[in-house]
Amino acid sequence: MVDVMLMIYLPGSLGIALLFYFLRKYSFQVILAASFILLQSSLAVFEYVNRGITQLTYFTPDALAILFLGVISVVCIPALYHSFVYFSKHPYKPREQGMYFAAMTILTASLSAAYLSNHIGITWVFVELTTLSASALIYHRRNKLTLEGTWKYIFICSISITLVFIGVLFVTVAVQQQGITDLFYRNLTLNAPAFDVFWLKLAFLFIFTGFTAKAGMMPMYTAGIDAKDNAPYPAAALLASVVMNVGFIGIFRFYEITSQTSIFEWTNKIILISALLSVFVATVYMVRVKNIKRIMAYSGVEHMGIVMLGMAAGGIGYYAAILHLLLHSFAKPALFFQFGQIYRTFGSKSVYDVGNYFKYNITGAVVLLLAYFVITAVPPSGIFVSEFLVFRSLFESGYLWILIVVLILLTTIIWAFGRNVFKMLFIKPVDFDDTRVEKIPFSESLSQFILLGLVIYLGLTPPGQLVELINSAISALPR
Amino acid sequence: MINILLITFTITLLYLAMANRLLTYIRIIAFQGILLFGVAFIQLIEISLLNLVFVLLETIIIKAIAIPFFLKYILDRNHITREAEPYVSNFVSVVIVTSFIVGSFFLTNIVQDTYVRKIFFIVAFSALFTGLYIIITRRKIITHVMGYMVLENGVFVLSLAVGSEMPMVVNTGILLDIFVSVILLGIFADKIGDVFEEQDVEQLRNLKD
Repeated sequence: MVDVMLMIYLPGSLGIALLFYFLRKYSFQVILAASFILLQSSLAVFEYVNRGITQLTYFTPDALAILFLGVISVVCIPALYHSFVYFSKHPYKPREQGMYFAAMTILTASLSAAYLSNHIGITWVFVELTTLSASALIYHRRNKLTLEGTWKYIFICSISITLVFIGVLFVTVAVQQQGITDLFYRNLTLNAPAFDVFWLKLAFLFIFTGFTAKAGMMPMYTAGIDAKDNAPYPAAALLASVVMNVGFIGIFRFYEITSQTSIFEWTNKIILISALLSVFVATVYMVRVKNIKRIMAYSGVEHMGIVMLGMAAGGIGYYAAILHLLLHSFAKPALFFQFGQIYRTFGSKSVYDVGNYFKYNITGAVVLLLAYFVITAVPPSGIFVSEFLVFRSLFESGYLWILIVVLILLTTIIWAFGRNVFKMLFIKPVDFDDTRVEKIPFSESLSQFILLGLVIYLGLTPPGQLVELINSAISALPR
Repeated sequence: MINILLITFTITLLYLAMANRLLTYIRIIAFQGILLFGVAFIQLIEISLLNLVFVLLETIIIKAIAIPFFLKYILDRNHITREAEPYVSNFVSVVIVTSFIVGSFFLTNIVQDTYVRKIFFIVAFSALFTGLYIIITRRKIITHVMGYMVLENGVFVLSLAVGSEMPMVVNTGILLDIFVSVILLGIFADKIGDVFEEQDVEQLRNLKD
């Protein structure tokens, strides 16, 4: 009986995507978007109720999947709403618009399926699908730069997905030695202590490297940056939040397997190195870059680095990592949605052309200021809580020097980000003709306020269910 | 028999390193598809008939016919010049690819595993490295796809090595092929030619910080 929901959801979202492509009238598209949101949220609620019950053999809503499913169901609502705003301001051919919405639907559906999957191969298949649908979104504007961005994204993601596949093959070798013939995470975790360490190490290296392309970390982070720069801003909001979560979940599921084995310490070291390099690279670029969207994208690299530092440190760090990831997935879309208004006001992505934003769009400016404080973890931001816990876990597990380096890097990031944000807010732009600035209504900023409010609320007073879900998600990891 | 096919596959890698024309590349990729058809047939003969037919049809239809056909179509449609234009001379390429093969040989000898036949690993790793090498050293965007195809054929060999027990893995790997075909059809077939006049990676240098 529990299979029903997924049996409706998967073909249903595919059907909605097809209808988006063929029914191009505005009223139809609004109805389709509304019905997709309904479908998505009912999936989230259904999986929450039926927690832990395997459906269609390959999907199990465990605590982590439910958390991420909740996030994507919340974030896709403003993403679809802002897509309509985007199309009302930048008219495109109906066919391209239909393609965009279809791709967004498929992206959301394949992400949800990838979260729910309990089999390493099925996760892989759906992550591959996200690459395809995301590239259709990135290519939406069809000019030279988006083509370049799409090409790089596809290429790096296909190489990465191939690396993940090689990793899965190595797991298969290890598994066959134990006489197991399937690749369900549950079986792998149960039998992990018996696996051959050599194959498991190789598999971890390949799978970790492969999924960093989605998670936006060293060494494969570059594809994601170009993608977020070139995609329309509602799509970039998804790429910067829920798509990064899918990379994380891919790494996390395999990390759970290795945590049962003797190579656990070794995997922590690999993750620590990658995380530290991610924060470092993000710092270097955020000091230099003047393209607003790329600044936001590099901020994502930094936050993934912090999440992974928490994972590597262990202890309270696990809890902090998951919480940080959830809060980041609400905060980052708010920034990207706000970027849409900045672009409409100034018509440029460069920090140099943007300025005195308080004068032209006061609600938007308040959102930008608030989002800056939230994303750089200034109290009362919820991210402050999770970041603080990550630092505590680093301190407790004896990585004092790493903690000092990270704190210096983060301070630099706060300065670099702040310099650009305050320039945008208060300093007059050069050569800007403000006679034709359009008034942006308050209603368009409402979603950002709600998302940022969620970050503050969930971080400061997390509801009991959330804490319980996070604790259950990390229960398999050694304390 | 399997050894002969796999060794021929390795020789095609060397031929790829010294080939000059894009058309030769396409022919080699098609030929590799046929070789993999043979390997898959012998290696997977024990799995269920339906699955075997599926894998065999995939290798012959997608690997050996469809993808080379798409590549040829793209060459013609976008008027891509027929030279591969490598950054390094073919002689150096041959030496490097040979060293890849020798290197994989030694690399595989470290591995102690009774479940997998070593020759699969040697061939697979050589193809992986050669594919990456072609991606790095050729100038045209289309040769990147060809390099990726070679890399992917290597992955297919690897999946065959472990796949007789778990056919599901081979089936999953096949999706990579379908993925490439979709990319070729969707983006490459007519778009890149319209936007970029020269089919050169030098054109892809505008996105930076």
